[in-house]
Amino acid sequence: MEMSKFIVQQMKDLGAEVCYHEFLPHSKHFHPLKFFTSMTNDLAVRPNGTYSNSGTNTIGIIRAPRGDGKEAIVLVTPYNPQRVQANEVLSLALGFSVFSLLSRAAWLSKDIVWLSADSQFGEYTAVSAWLNQYHNPMFVGGVKHEPDGIAEKAEFTDFKRAGTMAAALIFKVGETRNYGDRDSVTMYAEASNGQMPNLDLLNVVHYLAVHRQGFRVNIETISSLLSSAWLRAIAEVIHTLGSILRKINPDWKLDITASDYVEGTANLASSIYNQALGVPTGSHGAFRDYQVDAVSLEFSPTFYIRNENAKSSFLVRGGRLLEGVVRSVNNLLEKFHQSFFLYFLTAPSKFISVGVYMIPFALLVVPLPIVAAALADGGRKKGKSIDASKTKGSADNLQTEGGSWEWLQAARVLLVIQLWAVIVSLLPYYISQIPDGTPIQSSVIWVVLAILTLIVLYAMFGSPYSAGVEWKLLKATMITSISIGLGLMSIINFATAQLGALIVIPMCLFSRPLKAQLGLSFLPRTVLCASNILLAVFGFPPAALLIMKGLSKGSWTVDLGDFWASMEFLWEWSSATYLYLFLVHLPCWLLCIHVLLHPCRQVGSKVKRE
Amino acid sequence: MMMPPSTARRLCFLSLLLLLLLLAAAASATADAAAAEEFTEELLLRPLPDRKALAHFHFRSSAPPASAAGRHHHLFPKAISQLVQKFHISELELSFTQGRWNYEQWGGYDPMSTNNAKPPGVELWAIFDLPLAEIDATWKNLTHTLSGLFCASINFLESSTAFSAPRWGFKLNEGNLRYGALPREAVCTENLTPWLKLLPCRDKAGIASLLYRPSVYKGYYHSQKLKLKSSQSLGIILDQTLTVVLQPNTVSGKQLHSTGGQLQPSWSMEHLFSKKLSGKCLVSKSSRVFVEIEKGIVDNVDKAGSDVSSNNDLFVLSTAPDRSLKELDNLEVQSSSLYEYDVNNYNSDKPLNVGITWKLPLIWSCTRAPYHASRFLMGSGNERGSIAMSFLSTGLDKQLVDSSNDCSIKAVVFQVVPWYVKVYYHSLEVFIDGNSKAISEVVDKIHVTPSEDKLLPGTMEMLLKFPCSMQLATLTLDFDKGFLHIDEYPPDANQGFDIPSALVSFPEFNSSRSYPEADPLFVSPLLENFKEDGVVKSYTEVLLVPLTTPDFSMPYNVITFTCTVLALYFGSLLNALRRRIGEEERGLKKAALVRELQFALLQSQSQMLRWSTIYFFCWI
Repeated sequence: MEMSKFIVQQMKDLGAEVCYHEFLPHSKHFHPLKFFTSMTNDLAVRPNGTYSNSGTNTIGIIRAPRGDGKEAIVLVTPYNPQRVQANEVLSLALGFSVFSLLSRAAWLSKDIVWLSADSQFGEYTAVSAWLNQYHNPMFVGGVKHEPDGIAEKAEFTDFKRAGTMAAALIFKVGETRNYGDRDSVTMYAEASNGQMPNLDLLNVVHYLAVHRQGFRVNIETISSLLSSAWLRAIAEVIHTLGSILRKINPDWKLDITASDYVEGTANLASSIYNQALGVPTGSHGAFRDYQVDAVSLEFSPTFYIRNENAKSSFLVRGGRLLEGVVRSVNNLLEKFHQSFFLYFLTAPSKFISVGVYMIPFALLVVPLPIVAAALADGGRKKGKSIDASKTKGSADNLQTEGGSWEWLQAARVLLVIQLWAVIVSLLPYYISQIPDGTPIQSSVIWVVLAILTLIVLYAMFGSPYSAGVEWKLLKATMITSISIGLGLMSIINFATAQLGALIVIPMCLFSRPLKAQLGLSFLPRTVLCASNILLAVFGFPPAALLIMKGLSKGSWTVDLGDFWASMEFLWEWSSATYLYLFLVHLPCWLLCIHVLLHPCRQVGSKVKRE
Repeated sequence: MMMPPSTARRLCFLSLLLLLLLLAAAASATADAAAAEEFTEELLLRPLPDRKALAHFHFRSSAPPASAAGRHHHLFPKAISQLVQKFHISELELSFTQGRWNYEQWGGYDPMSTNNAKPPGVELWAIFDLPLAEIDATWKNLTHTLSGLFCASINFLESSTAFSAPRWGFKLNEGNLRYGALPREAVCTENLTPWLKLLPCRDKAGIASLLYRPSVYKGYYHSQKLKLKSSQSLGIILDQTLTVVLQPNTVSGKQLHSTGGQLQPSWSMEHLFSKKLSGKCLVSKSSRVFVEIEKGIVDNVDKAGSDVSSNNDLFVLSTAPDRSLKELDNLEVQSSSLYEYDVNNYNSDKPLNVGITWKLPLIWSCTRAPYHASRFLMGSGNERGSIAMSFLSTGLDKQLVDSSNDCSIKAVVFQVVPWYVKVYYHSLEVFIDGNSKAISEVVDKIHVTPSEDKLLPGTMEMLLKFPCSMQLATLTLDFDKGFLHIDEYPPDANQGFDIPSALVSFPEFNSSRSYPEADPLFVSPLLENFKEDGVVKSYTEVLLVPLTTPDFSMPYNVITFTCTVLALYFGSLLNALRRRIGEEERGLKKAALVRELQFALLQSQSQMLRWSTIYFFCWI
């Protein structure tokens, strides 16, 4: 409280408009129906009198001297007033120096809002609470007649606004000291469901930081990839290939150096992973929910944080960087151009555009409908020819009709399994209502309930084997459903669809019954079986999670609680990846298992019946 | 025709000289002088609580009724009189504004803020003396004329989607008023120059010579206004005002600003305009400079126990005033004081440089309107949203009105919304102090003209009645965002679309001032304006609504693709048609020529294909 009072006094002395914003920590819940609606008004109810557990954001607004107040630029510095660290003080100092500079700037045409966010409940909570109040205020029961009578504070409680937000910059000084030769800035940009801010904003930050202020700009990377030997080997091979190609035609600049390749791959992997997870990497995610471009900058200085001389030079350079970015955004008359939102970053200044990364995904998905059509058609033709040879055309018409409508059976199986998937995905809502459940208990309950519902559903609608669906038709249906699912997901979150396609598509295409008579020799058959089983194991979400964790951390302990925790994490952030896992991936996996374990006695039984 | 009046005047002068005691003759002389064209120039300076200073220029030109003067004018701008005659204007106001008036710091309850605080951009309203059916057409012509006259895009107000006809929310009228606003219009010197051209001395002499462009446009607020009144009996009265809020350019001022000290900067005219005043415009009837000291300071001076003179315990004016005036409010208590300087007494040898020097650090605040009205947008995304308008009590009502239970304060809201923001007026909700209220409890009277697509903007006039004890009231209105046809998008469509400022007025609060001590012969148009009945008004912010915009380069892409496909199609078709299998052998002799042709065709095709693919990838 002392801290925020101090900040308010400083802002007021600069002639800025000041206000406090109190908020309650936002307890996250599983909302089955709120995945695609914005999380509005769920912190509306304010229990009377309990002010002890609320956070206080401090907001200062500079009105542009000659501006019309239609637009605003937001600066955010998170800090924890309960336990203020030296690095947080430095980031507040940076914020204040920029703010005081801007309060004297005659060139401003957009208002400047400085939000010093109270991060005791997390940065994201504070920022999203403020944004929610800014965009979707509640007018009922919102008026506070300060009972504790802080007269000075009451003056600032009415919420002040500036216009439509043009862009937001979140900056903080990191805790860790950087041992490199230059101070560095790490950019975080991924918002919820793989949404990215406009690339131009990142480019502005990168250009000003590197070419004007001499910072080193980083983006998140997967460090284990940087040191992996196999990636380096691939990089060397590509490098030699590239240099050979260059000798053939000097215009082809394909010889990427091995280190660049490794670094780019690690950055790209992290970028895809963060987008695919669908969870924002910082409080900039809250801005993206309101269509505001935002980027987080984390400074990591090379000096020891109590070194006064180094501090002031850092303030000058950091301040100049922020001023430059603010000025660039300020001078824009229009919004950023609409076409730079879909991209993966391979380096702070390099990216892969949607036009490029769509191609591999399209190549992966396009074969699926063709395969499905071929399978469905092939299955029917085969049946027809058998029928023809046996019955000599007596019941030809009847049989073909029966064959052409056989897919309905497969579709019914698919529908039952989809229904099961929907139920499984909704179960956590009820499980999370159980008080005092440990993660392990919850996940065990979840698995048991899932299996029980599957059994009940099969008892009600009949299991796929009892209906006597041919496995090829089953596979065709599965492939159709997965291509629809992947297509839809690629619109919602492309990175998830792309990663998912890498796992699901081989699993679908390879799957065939273990008992099927294929007329293959021994070696290909065993390879096929082995790959089938392997893919089926990989495709099971908990197993995949375990393997991923094992690869990244090296701990191979089986813990069911972890699975629950990570799923909880996904739904708390209302990530569409959760929906993808349970509505697209899981039914596909189950169908795969069904195909694998298919008894393959349908043709035989038909023959017998004849 | 010109002779008789001048001989009459000469006769009058003679009679004046000879028969001084004959009052009747003197009266006829003054009546004659009143009938002539007049020009007065005035400047009002006022220190503001946030270390800034306000300068308000006021120029009045008046012309006698048209019949008396014919078509010729000595002082009055001919362009304006022609405009008045042609369009039968009985009242007109045109303002160009840059920046926002700060109602909290610069005052919201005085004639300056109610008459001269304007919304950003251009605002134009006019009352016509015409049959109702002809008004719309006349308005359209008027906008074009003004647009040419002031080098501004006022002609955008011509379209019926841009102006509205309020009945009582803006100004009470019989349907002959038209109102339009262009919030995005940028205001700069190209608008000031034609405005100055209407003055008889331009900016070459007199008070207007202080308008040094760099210092005027460096200010925090800048509003130039032109107000016309015309009637058969009075002739035409043209008031030109320019209101600027400046940061005094003193050396110490800058340092104070950075340290955030509370000291007021001492300033003079030279600090504000980088110029001194070296005499009046010779054709002006009167030329005066006023320094206004607000109620907040006067109270402080009273508290300090000294008399409010030009040299007291708190401040001193650098030049001794020629006259001082005291303003009395409705409770007969002195509220502000005015110091007057007659520019007649100054010339280039002895220029006037009025300034104020503070002796003690002083903090005061100005009087504010009963409610601070602000407007903001709610919601996000490109589909729907809401407009909210909030009224925050400034505590003024506590001083003025007894807080009995049934007391209420009236407020009138006038708001124009462009058609592409489709407001659902039935969704109006009112919240007072955190409780939802029935609309009938708060809204006394409402008049809504719903918008029609591509034809009419939505207009809302509302009379609200708030309980006196209210702290905060909020009104919300939901809207959907419409789609525009591609050629209806304005330039810079990707910035978003503006909703012009709403006007909030408080009819029970009057900001007019009275100066009872002034002698009746002392005529000042500026103070006359202050004395006029002025309802307290305030404009809200302009809002920016982001709408969906198409990719404007898309038609170009489509054209490129279509052309490529057509070229490929016709190329291959021609190729197929031309080739005859039977004639292949016979045509061997001609082959050389044909091959050349074909080669040329193919080359052009491949060229086109290459360019279109390159363009495609660039576009992606």
